[in-house]
Amino acid sequence: MSGILNSSIGRKFAMALSALFLMIFLLQHFTINLLSVFSEDTFNSVSHFMGTFWLVQYVFQPILIFGVIFHFVMGFVLEVKNRNARQISYAKNNGSANSSWMSRNMIWSGLAILAFIGLHFYDFWFPEINTKFIQGDMSGLLPNGEYRYFEELQHKFVDVWRVVLYCIAFVFLALHLLHGFSSAFQSTGANNKYTKGLQGFGKAYAIIIPLGFVFIALFHYFNH
Amino acid sequence: MNLTLKIWRQKNANDKGKMVDYKVNDISPDMSFLEMLDVLNEQLVNKGEEPVAFDHDCREGICGMCSLYINGEAHGPDRGVTTCQLHMRMFKDGDTIYIEPFRAKAFPVIKDLIVDRSSFDRIQHAGGFISVNTSGNTIDANAIPVNKHDADDAFSAATCIGCGACVASCKNSSAMLYVGAKVSQFALLPQGKIEATDRVLNMVKQMDEEGFGNCTNTGACEVECPKGISLENIARMNREYLSAALKG
Repeated sequence: MSGILNSSIGRKFAMALSALFLMIFLLQHFTINLLSVFSEDTFNSVSHFMGTFWLVQYVFQPILIFGVIFHFVMGFVLEVKNRNARQISYAKNNGSANSSWMSRNMIWSGLAILAFIGLHFYDFWFPEINTKFIQGDMSGLLPNGEYRYFEELQHKFVDVWRVVLYCIAFVFLALHLLHGFSSAFQSTGANNKYTKGLQGFGKAYAIIIPLGFVFIALFHYFNH
Repeated sequence: MNLTLKIWRQKNANDKGKMVDYKVNDISPDMSFLEMLDVLNEQLVNKGEEPVAFDHDCREGICGMCSLYINGEAHGPDRGVTTCQLHMRMFKDGDTIYIEPFRAKAFPVIKDLIVDRSSFDRIQHAGGFISVNTSGNTIDANAIPVNKHDADDAFSAATCIGCGACVASCKNSSAMLYVGAKVSQFALLPQGKIEATDRVLNMVKQMDEEGFGNCTNTGACEVECPKGISLENIARMNREYLSAALKG
Protein backbone atom coordinates (compact mmCIF):
# COMPACT_ATOMS: atom_id res chain seq x y z
CA MET A 1 0.00 0.00 0.00
CA SER A 2 2.88 2.43 0.74
CA GLY A 3 3.91 1.94 -2.89
CA ILE A 4 0.51 3.20 -4.02
CA LEU A 5 0.89 6.38 -1.95
CA ASN A 6 4.27 7.04 -3.54
CA SER A 7 2.73 7.16 -7.01
CA SER A 8 0.92 10.11 -8.58
CA ILE A 9 -2.27 8.09 -9.08
CA GLY A 10 -2.14 6.70 -5.54
CA ARG A 11 -1.78 10.19 -4.09
CA LYS A 12 -4.72 11.55 -6.04
CA PHE A 13 -6.78 8.50 -5.07
CA ALA A 14 -5.99 9.11 -1.39
CA MET A 15 -6.81 12.79 -1.86
CA ALA A 16 -10.15 11.83 -3.43
CA LEU A 17 -11.03 9.38 -0.63
CA SER A 18 -10.32 11.98 2.05
CA ALA A 19 -12.40 14.51 0.07
CA LEU A 20 -15.36 12.11 -0.20
CA PHE A 21 -15.11 11.41 3.53
CA LEU A 22 -15.08 15.15 4.33
CA MET A 23 -18.07 15.74 2.06
CA ILE A 24 -20.05 13.09 3.96
CA PHE A 25 -19.04 14.75 7.23
CA LEU A 26 -20.08 18.15 5.86
CA LEU A 27 -23.55 16.80 5.04
CA GLN A 28 -23.89 15.41 8.57
CA HIS A 29 -22.67 18.71 10.10
CA PHE A 30 -25.13 20.66 7.95
CA THR A 31 -28.03 18.39 8.91
CA ILE A 32 -27.38 18.88 12.63
CA ASN A 33 -26.90 22.64 12.26
CA LEU A 34 -30.14 22.89 10.30
CA LEU A 35 -31.97 21.42 13.30
CA SER A 36 -31.11 24.62 15.20
CA VAL A 37 -33.39 26.54 12.82
CA PHE A 38 -36.39 24.33 13.49
CA SER A 39 -36.09 23.19 17.10
CA GLU A 40 -33.86 24.39 19.92
CA ASP A 41 -34.58 21.27 21.99
CA THR A 42 -33.83 18.82 19.19
CA PHE A 43 -30.63 20.67 18.34
CA ASN A 44 -29.55 20.55 21.98
CA SER A 45 -30.33 16.84 22.33
CA VAL A 46 -28.50 15.84 19.13
CA SER A 47 -25.54 18.09 19.98
CA HIS A 48 -25.29 16.58 23.45
CA PHE A 49 -25.44 13.08 21.99
CA MET A 50 -22.73 13.88 19.43
CA GLY A 51 -20.59 15.59 22.08
CA THR A 52 -20.72 12.77 24.62
CA PHE A 53 -21.29 9.47 22.78
CA TRP A 54 -18.01 7.51 23.01
CA LEU A 55 -18.10 6.25 19.42
CA VAL A 56 -18.38 9.79 18.05
CA GLN A 57 -15.87 11.29 20.49
CA TYR A 58 -13.15 8.66 20.53
CA VAL A 59 -13.52 6.95 17.14
CA PHE A 60 -15.21 9.24 14.59
CA GLN A 61 -13.68 12.50 15.83
CA PRO A 62 -10.03 11.33 15.63
CA ILE A 63 -10.75 9.87 12.16
CA LEU A 64 -12.25 13.20 11.13
CA ILE A 65 -9.26 15.17 12.44
CA PHE A 66 -6.92 12.80 10.61
CA GLY A 67 -9.01 13.20 7.44
CA VAL A 68 -8.88 17.00 7.62
CA ILE A 69 -5.12 17.09 8.30
CA PHE A 70 -4.42 14.47 5.62
CA HIS A 71 -6.46 16.35 3.01
CA PHE A 72 -4.68 19.64 3.65
CA VAL A 73 -1.18 18.19 3.96
CA MET A 74 -1.62 16.10 0.80
CA GLY A 75 -3.05 19.16 -0.96
CA PHE A 76 0.09 21.15 -0.16
CA VAL A 77 2.39 18.25 -1.10
CA LEU A 78 0.67 17.92 -4.50
CA GLU A 79 0.75 21.70 -5.04
CA VAL A 80 4.51 21.84 -4.39
CA LYS A 81 5.14 18.85 -6.67
CA ASN A 82 2.96 20.32 -9.40
CA ARG A 83 4.64 23.73 -9.27
CA ASN A 84 7.98 21.97 -9.47
CA ALA A 85 6.89 20.19 -12.65
CA ARG A 86 6.93 23.52 -14.55
CA GLN A 87 9.88 25.62 -13.52
CA ILE A 88 9.48 28.35 -16.16
CA SER A 89 6.02 29.89 -16.47
CA TYR A 90 4.44 30.92 -19.76
CA ALA A 91 4.71 34.59 -20.72
CA LYS A 92 1.06 34.32 -21.75
CA ASN A 93 -1.28 31.63 -20.46
CA ASN A 94 -4.97 31.57 -21.31
CA GLY A 95 -6.17 29.15 -18.64
CA SER A 96 -9.78 30.32 -18.82
CA ALA A 97 -9.96 29.04 -22.42
CA ASN A 98 -9.85 25.42 -21.32
CA SER A 99 -10.63 25.09 -17.62
CA SER A 100 -12.75 26.57 -14.86
CA TRP A 101 -11.46 29.12 -12.35
CA MET A 102 -12.43 26.72 -9.56
CA SER A 103 -10.34 23.88 -10.94
CA ARG A 104 -7.27 26.09 -11.35
CA ASN A 105 -7.47 27.65 -7.90
CA MET A 106 -8.22 24.78 -5.53
CA ILE A 107 -5.18 25.66 -3.44
CA TRP A 108 -6.50 29.23 -2.81
CA SER A 109 -10.07 28.18 -2.02
CA GLY A 110 -8.56 25.42 0.14
CA LEU A 111 -6.40 27.93 2.03
CA ALA A 112 -9.44 30.14 2.64
CA ILE A 113 -11.30 27.11 4.04
CA LEU A 114 -8.27 26.23 6.19
CA ALA A 115 -8.29 29.76 7.64
CA PHE A 116 -12.01 29.40 8.30
CA ILE A 117 -11.49 26.07 10.07
CA GLY A 118 -8.98 27.87 12.33
CA LEU A 119 -11.67 30.44 13.22
CA HIS A 120 -14.30 27.73 13.59
CA PHE A 121 -12.08 25.71 15.96
CA TYR A 122 -11.39 28.89 17.97
CA ASP A 123 -15.14 29.55 18.16
CA PHE A 124 -16.47 26.07 18.91
CA TRP A 125 -14.05 23.18 19.05
CA PHE A 126 -11.39 24.54 21.45
CA PRO A 127 -14.01 25.79 24.00
CA GLU A 128 -15.78 22.43 23.69
CA ILE A 129 -12.57 20.48 24.39
CA ASN A 130 -11.79 22.85 27.26
CA THR A 131 -15.22 22.39 28.86
CA LYS A 132 -15.34 18.63 28.49
CA PHE A 133 -11.78 17.40 28.90
CA ILE A 134 -9.96 20.14 30.86
CA GLN A 135 -12.74 21.34 33.15
CA GLY A 136 -14.25 17.85 33.12
CA ASP A 137 -17.83 19.08 32.64
CA MET A 138 -19.60 16.47 30.50
CA SER A 139 -23.09 17.55 31.57
CA GLY A 140 -23.64 19.94 28.62
CA LEU A 141 -25.62 22.16 30.95
CA LEU A 142 -25.58 25.86 31.77
CA PRO A 143 -25.72 27.03 35.42
CA ASN A 144 -29.50 27.52 34.94
CA GLY A 145 -29.86 23.81 34.15
CA GLU A 146 -30.57 24.23 30.43
CA TYR A 147 -28.45 22.75 27.65
CA ARG A 148 -25.67 25.12 26.53
CA TYR A 149 -25.34 24.15 22.84
CA PHE A 150 -28.05 26.35 21.26
CA GLU A 151 -27.07 29.26 23.50
CA GLU A 152 -23.41 28.94 22.43
CA LEU A 153 -24.38 28.72 18.77
CA GLN A 154 -26.50 31.87 18.84
CA HIS A 155 -23.90 33.75 20.87
CA LYS A 156 -21.35 33.29 18.07
CA PHE A 157 -23.60 34.91 15.49
CA VAL A 158 -24.18 38.16 17.37
CA ASP A 159 -21.15 39.89 15.84
CA VAL A 160 -21.91 41.00 12.28
CA TRP A 161 -18.27 40.71 11.18
CA ARG A 162 -18.10 37.07 12.30
CA VAL A 163 -21.26 36.38 10.30
CA VAL A 164 -19.71 38.11 7.26
CA LEU A 165 -16.52 36.04 7.65
CA TYR A 166 -18.55 32.84 7.88
CA CYS A 167 -20.52 33.75 4.74
CA ILE A 168 -17.33 34.54 2.78
CA ALA A 169 -15.83 31.23 3.91
CA PHE A 170 -18.90 29.37 2.64
CA VAL A 171 -18.52 31.04 -0.76
CA PHE A 172 -14.98 29.62 -0.92
CA LEU A 173 -16.34 26.27 0.23
CA ALA A 174 -18.84 26.33 -2.65
CA LEU A 175 -16.09 27.18 -5.15
CA HIS A 176 -13.92 24.36 -3.75
CA LEU A 177 -16.76 21.84 -3.93
CA LEU A 178 -17.85 22.89 -7.43
CA HIS A 179 -14.66 21.33 -8.76
CA GLY A 180 -13.82 18.98 -5.90
CA PHE A 181 -16.94 16.83 -5.97
CA SER A 182 -16.71 15.59 -9.56
CA SER A 183 -12.91 15.61 -9.41
CA ALA A 184 -12.95 13.17 -6.48
CA PHE A 185 -15.03 10.69 -8.48
CA GLN A 186 -12.80 11.05 -11.56
CA SER A 187 -9.72 10.38 -9.39
CA THR A 188 -11.19 7.14 -8.10
CA GLY A 189 -11.68 6.03 -11.70
CA ALA A 190 -15.44 6.46 -11.64
CA ASN A 191 -16.06 7.87 -15.10
CA ASN A 192 -18.99 6.03 -16.61
CA LYS A 193 -22.65 6.38 -17.62
CA TYR A 194 -23.44 7.86 -14.20
CA THR A 195 -20.81 10.60 -14.51
CA LYS A 196 -23.13 13.29 -15.91
CA GLY A 197 -25.69 12.61 -13.19
CA LEU A 198 -22.98 12.70 -10.52
CA GLN A 199 -21.66 15.98 -11.89
CA GLY A 200 -25.17 17.46 -11.68
CA PHE A 201 -25.60 16.15 -8.15
CA GLY A 202 -22.14 17.50 -7.26
CA LYS A 203 -23.03 20.98 -8.49
CA ALA A 204 -26.28 20.91 -6.50
CA TYR A 205 -24.39 19.71 -3.40
CA ALA A 206 -21.70 22.39 -3.86
CA ILE A 207 -24.29 25.16 -3.96
CA ILE A 208 -27.02 23.92 -1.59
CA ILE A 209 -24.81 22.92 1.37
CA PRO A 210 -22.77 26.16 1.61
CA LEU A 211 -25.89 28.22 0.90
CA GLY A 212 -27.61 26.32 3.70
CA PHE A 213 -24.78 27.15 6.11
CA VAL A 214 -25.07 30.83 5.09
CA PHE A 215 -28.80 30.67 5.76
CA ILE A 216 -28.23 29.18 9.23
CA ALA A 217 -25.67 31.88 10.13
CA LEU A 218 -27.97 34.66 8.92
CA PHE A 219 -30.99 33.08 10.65
CA HIS A 220 -29.27 33.15 14.01
CA TYR A 221 -27.88 36.65 13.43
CA PHE A 222 -31.36 38.04 12.79
CA ASN A 223 -33.07 35.95 15.51
CA HIS A 224 -30.73 36.12 18.48
CA MET B 1 -2.21 40.88 -42.29
CA ASN B 2 0.52 42.67 -40.38
CA LEU B 3 1.45 41.04 -37.08
CA THR B 4 3.73 41.47 -34.10
CA LEU B 5 5.23 38.21 -32.90
CA LYS B 6 6.66 37.73 -29.43
CA ILE B 7 8.78 34.60 -29.74
CA TRP B 8 10.82 32.69 -27.17
CA ARG B 9 14.45 32.60 -28.30
CA GLN B 10 16.94 30.31 -26.57
CA LYS B 11 20.32 29.42 -28.14
CA ASN B 12 20.61 26.02 -26.48
CA ALA B 13 19.50 23.97 -23.49
CA ASN B 14 21.80 25.89 -21.15
CA ASP B 15 20.89 29.38 -22.37
CA LYS B 16 18.53 31.41 -20.17
CA GLY B 17 16.35 32.46 -23.11
CA LYS B 18 14.04 35.47 -23.57
CA MET B 19 11.04 36.73 -25.52
CA VAL B 20 12.01 38.65 -28.68
CA ASP B 21 9.68 40.86 -30.77
CA TYR B 22 9.40 40.48 -34.56
CA LYS B 23 7.20 42.14 -37.19
CA VAL B 24 5.80 40.20 -40.13
CA ASN B 25 3.87 41.89 -42.92
CA ASP B 26 1.57 40.81 -45.76
CA ILE B 27 0.63 37.51 -44.15
CA SER B 28 -2.21 35.74 -45.99
CA PRO B 29 -5.13 34.58 -43.81
CA ASP B 30 -5.02 31.30 -45.75
CA MET B 31 -1.49 30.50 -44.62
CA SER B 32 -0.93 27.91 -41.96
CA PHE B 33 0.74 29.09 -38.76
CA LEU B 34 3.92 27.23 -39.68
CA GLU B 35 3.96 28.85 -43.13
CA MET B 36 3.79 32.21 -41.40
CA LEU B 37 6.83 31.19 -39.35
CA ASP B 38 8.53 30.11 -42.59
CA VAL B 39 7.98 33.65 -43.92
CA LEU B 40 9.49 35.09 -40.74
CA ASN B 41 12.49 32.78 -41.02
CA GLU B 42 13.06 33.81 -44.65
CA GLN B 43 13.13 37.42 -43.50
CA LEU B 44 15.60 36.57 -40.73
CA VAL B 45 17.88 34.57 -43.05
CA ASN B 46 17.86 37.39 -45.62
CA LYS B 47 18.93 39.78 -42.84
CA GLY B 48 21.69 37.39 -41.78
CA GLU B 49 20.01 36.55 -38.48
CA GLU B 50 19.48 33.13 -36.90
CA PRO B 51 16.09 31.67 -37.95
CA VAL B 52 13.63 30.58 -35.28
CA ALA B 53 13.94 26.82 -34.59
CA PHE B 54 10.62 24.98 -34.36
CA ASP B 55 9.49 21.36 -34.72
CA HIS B 56 7.46 20.17 -37.70
CA ASP B 57 7.25 17.18 -39.99
CA CYS B 58 4.09 15.97 -41.76
CA ARG B 59 2.27 19.32 -41.65
CA GLU B 60 -1.06 17.51 -41.87
CA GLY B 61 -1.86 16.91 -38.20
CA ILE B 62 -0.77 13.29 -37.95
CA CYS B 63 2.85 13.07 -36.83
CA GLY B 64 2.55 14.99 -33.53
CA MET B 65 5.84 16.78 -34.18
CA CYS B 66 4.68 20.39 -34.21
CA SER B 67 4.05 21.93 -30.84
CA LEU B 68 4.04 25.65 -29.85
CA TYR B 69 2.12 27.44 -27.14
CA ILE B 70 0.34 30.19 -29.06
CA ASN B 71 -1.34 33.08 -27.27
CA GLY B 72 -1.57 31.03 -24.08
CA GLU B 73 -2.88 27.78 -25.60
CA ALA B 74 -1.24 24.62 -26.91
CA HIS B 75 -1.56 24.56 -30.72
CA GLY B 76 -3.23 27.98 -30.56
CA PRO B 77 -6.81 29.17 -30.25
CA ASP B 78 -8.50 26.71 -32.65
CA ARG B 79 -9.93 23.38 -31.42
CA GLY B 80 -9.11 19.87 -32.62
CA VAL B 81 -6.09 20.96 -34.64
CA THR B 82 -2.33 20.83 -34.37
CA THR B 83 -0.22 23.94 -34.98
CA CYS B 84 0.38 22.91 -38.60
CA GLN B 85 -3.40 22.85 -39.15
CA LEU B 86 -3.90 26.25 -37.50
CA HIS B 87 -4.64 28.95 -40.04
CA MET B 88 -3.81 32.63 -39.84
CA ARG B 89 -7.49 33.44 -40.34
CA MET B 90 -7.85 32.69 -36.63
CA PHE B 91 -6.01 35.98 -35.99
CA LYS B 92 -6.73 39.59 -36.88
CA ASP B 93 -4.66 42.19 -38.66
CA GLY B 94 -2.53 44.06 -36.12
CA ASP B 95 -2.60 41.24 -33.53
CA THR B 96 0.27 40.53 -31.20
CA ILE B 97 0.91 36.79 -30.98
CA TYR B 98 2.88 35.12 -28.20
CA ILE B 99 4.74 32.01 -29.37
CA GLU B 100 6.39 29.87 -26.70
CA PRO B 101 7.69 26.31 -26.39
CA PHE B 102 5.66 23.68 -24.49
CA ARG B 103 6.69 24.24 -20.89
CA ALA B 104 7.34 21.35 -18.52
CA LYS B 105 10.31 20.14 -16.51
CA ALA B 106 9.96 16.83 -18.37
CA PHE B 107 10.07 18.68 -21.74
CA PRO B 108 13.37 20.61 -21.55
CA VAL B 109 13.93 23.23 -24.25
CA ILE B 110 16.60 22.22 -26.77
CA LYS B 111 16.57 25.40 -28.84
CA ASP B 112 14.07 28.26 -29.31
CA LEU B 113 10.67 26.55 -29.64
CA ILE B 114 11.94 22.97 -29.84
CA VAL B 115 11.52 20.81 -26.73
CA ASP B 116 12.80 17.33 -25.95
CA ARG B 117 9.75 15.06 -25.69
CA SER B 118 11.73 11.83 -25.39
CA SER B 119 10.22 11.38 -21.90
CA PHE B 120 7.10 10.21 -23.78
CA ASP B 121 9.21 7.65 -25.65
CA ARG B 122 10.61 6.31 -22.38
CA ILE B 123 7.07 5.93 -21.00
CA GLN B 124 6.13 3.97 -24.12
CA HIS B 125 9.22 1.77 -23.75
CA ALA B 126 8.17 1.02 -20.16
CA GLY B 127 5.02 -0.78 -21.26
CA GLY B 128 3.23 0.75 -24.23
CA PHE B 129 3.30 -2.41 -26.31
CA ILE B 130 2.06 -6.00 -26.52
CA SER B 131 4.27 -9.05 -26.82
CA VAL B 132 3.33 -11.22 -29.80
CA ASN B 133 4.85 -14.45 -31.04
CA THR B 134 6.11 -13.62 -34.51
CA SER B 135 7.87 -16.91 -35.20
CA GLY B 136 5.31 -18.06 -37.73
CA ASN B 137 2.51 -19.07 -35.35
CA THR B 138 1.04 -15.59 -35.04
CA ILE B 139 -2.72 -15.57 -34.69
CA ASP B 140 -4.44 -13.17 -37.06
CA ALA B 141 -5.64 -10.24 -34.96
CA ASN B 142 -8.93 -10.26 -36.86
CA ALA B 143 -9.60 -13.83 -35.67
CA ILE B 144 -10.05 -12.60 -32.09
CA PRO B 145 -13.57 -11.19 -31.52
CA VAL B 146 -13.63 -7.71 -29.98
CA ASN B 147 -16.70 -5.96 -28.59
CA LYS B 148 -17.57 -3.05 -30.93
CA HIS B 149 -17.80 -0.53 -28.09
CA ASP B 150 -14.37 -1.55 -26.76
CA ALA B 151 -12.89 -1.49 -30.26
CA ASP B 152 -14.19 2.04 -30.82
CA ASP B 153 -12.87 3.27 -27.47
CA ALA B 154 -9.49 1.61 -28.06
CA PHE B 155 -9.30 3.20 -31.49
CA SER B 156 -10.19 6.63 -30.08
CA ALA B 157 -7.44 6.27 -27.47
CA ALA B 158 -5.00 5.15 -30.17
CA THR B 159 -5.54 8.36 -32.13
CA CYS B 160 -3.29 10.12 -29.58
CA ILE B 161 -0.31 11.41 -31.58
CA GLY B 162 1.84 12.08 -28.51
CA CYS B 163 2.32 15.77 -29.30
CA GLY B 164 2.41 16.78 -25.63
CA ALA B 165 -0.33 19.45 -25.80
CA CYS B 166 -1.92 17.82 -22.73
CA VAL B 167 1.24 18.37 -20.70
CA ALA B 168 1.70 21.89 -22.02
CA SER B 169 -1.90 22.88 -21.23
CA CYS B 170 -2.09 21.30 -17.79
CA LYS B 171 -1.33 23.75 -15.00
CA ASN B 172 0.48 20.86 -13.29
CA SER B 173 2.34 19.63 -16.41
CA SER B 174 0.68 16.27 -15.94
CA ALA B 175 1.04 13.60 -18.63
CA MET B 176 -1.95 11.57 -17.47
CA LEU B 177 -4.04 12.10 -20.61
CA TYR B 178 -1.20 10.80 -22.78
CA VAL B 179 -0.43 7.83 -20.52
CA GLY B 180 -4.15 7.21 -19.99
CA ALA B 181 -4.66 6.99 -23.76
CA LYS B 182 -1.69 4.65 -24.22
CA VAL B 183 -2.81 2.41 -21.35
CA SER B 184 -6.42 2.40 -22.59
CA GLN B 185 -5.71 1.51 -26.22
CA PHE B 186 -4.26 -1.81 -25.03
CA ALA B 187 -6.30 -2.40 -21.88
CA LEU B 188 -9.54 -2.43 -23.88
CA LEU B 189 -8.41 -5.14 -26.29
CA PRO B 190 -7.96 -8.87 -25.58
CA GLN B 191 -4.40 -8.73 -26.93
CA GLY B 192 -3.50 -6.10 -24.36
CA LYS B 193 -5.09 -7.68 -21.32
CA ILE B 194 -2.32 -10.27 -20.83
CA GLU B 195 0.28 -7.67 -19.85
CA ALA B 196 -2.19 -5.12 -18.47
CA THR B 197 -1.00 -5.25 -14.84
CA ASP B 198 2.70 -4.76 -15.57
CA ARG B 199 1.97 -2.25 -18.31
CA VAL B 200 0.08 0.25 -16.18
CA LEU B 201 2.40 -0.10 -13.19
CA ASN B 202 5.53 0.38 -15.31
CA MET B 203 4.17 3.23 -17.43
CA VAL B 204 2.91 5.19 -14.40
CA LYS B 205 6.21 4.56 -12.59
CA GLN B 206 8.13 5.91 -15.59
CA MET B 207 5.75 8.87 -15.89
CA ASP B 208 6.42 9.79 -12.25
CA GLU B 209 10.18 9.37 -12.65
CA GLU B 210 10.19 11.74 -15.63
CA GLY B 211 8.96 14.56 -13.37
CA PHE B 212 5.48 15.17 -14.74
CA GLY B 213 2.99 16.72 -12.29
CA ASN B 214 -0.13 15.23 -10.73
CA CYS B 215 -3.50 15.45 -12.48
CA THR B 216 -6.03 17.63 -10.67
CA ASN B 217 -8.81 17.04 -13.20
CA THR B 218 -9.01 20.58 -14.57
CA GLY B 219 -9.87 19.08 -17.98
CA ALA B 220 -7.61 21.53 -19.85
CA CYS B 221 -5.81 18.62 -21.54
CA GLU B 222 -9.02 17.25 -23.07
CA VAL B 223 -10.01 20.69 -24.40
CA GLU B 224 -6.62 21.40 -25.97
CA CYS B 225 -5.93 17.88 -27.29
CA PRO B 226 -5.86 18.07 -31.12
CA LYS B 227 -7.29 14.54 -31.29
CA GLY B 228 -10.01 14.99 -28.67
CA ILE B 229 -8.69 12.30 -26.33
CA SER B 230 -11.25 11.96 -23.54
CA LEU B 231 -10.75 12.26 -19.78
CA GLU B 232 -12.39 8.82 -19.60
CA ASN B 233 -8.95 7.46 -20.46
CA ILE B 234 -7.49 8.96 -17.29
CA ALA B 235 -10.29 7.42 -15.21
CA ARG B 236 -9.67 4.06 -16.90
CA MET B 237 -5.94 4.33 -16.17
CA ASN B 238 -6.74 5.16 -12.53
CA ARG B 239 -8.90 2.02 -12.29
CA GLU B 240 -6.29 -0.11 -14.04
CA TYR B 241 -3.54 1.23 -11.81
CA LEU B 242 -5.39 0.85 -8.51
CA SER B 243 -6.48 -2.64 -9.43
CA ALA B 244 -2.93 -3.59 -10.52
CA ALA B 245 -1.34 -2.05 -7.42
CA LEU B 246 -3.73 -3.91 -5.10
CA LYS B 247 -2.92 -7.18 -6.89
CA GLY B 248 0.68 -6.43 -5.92
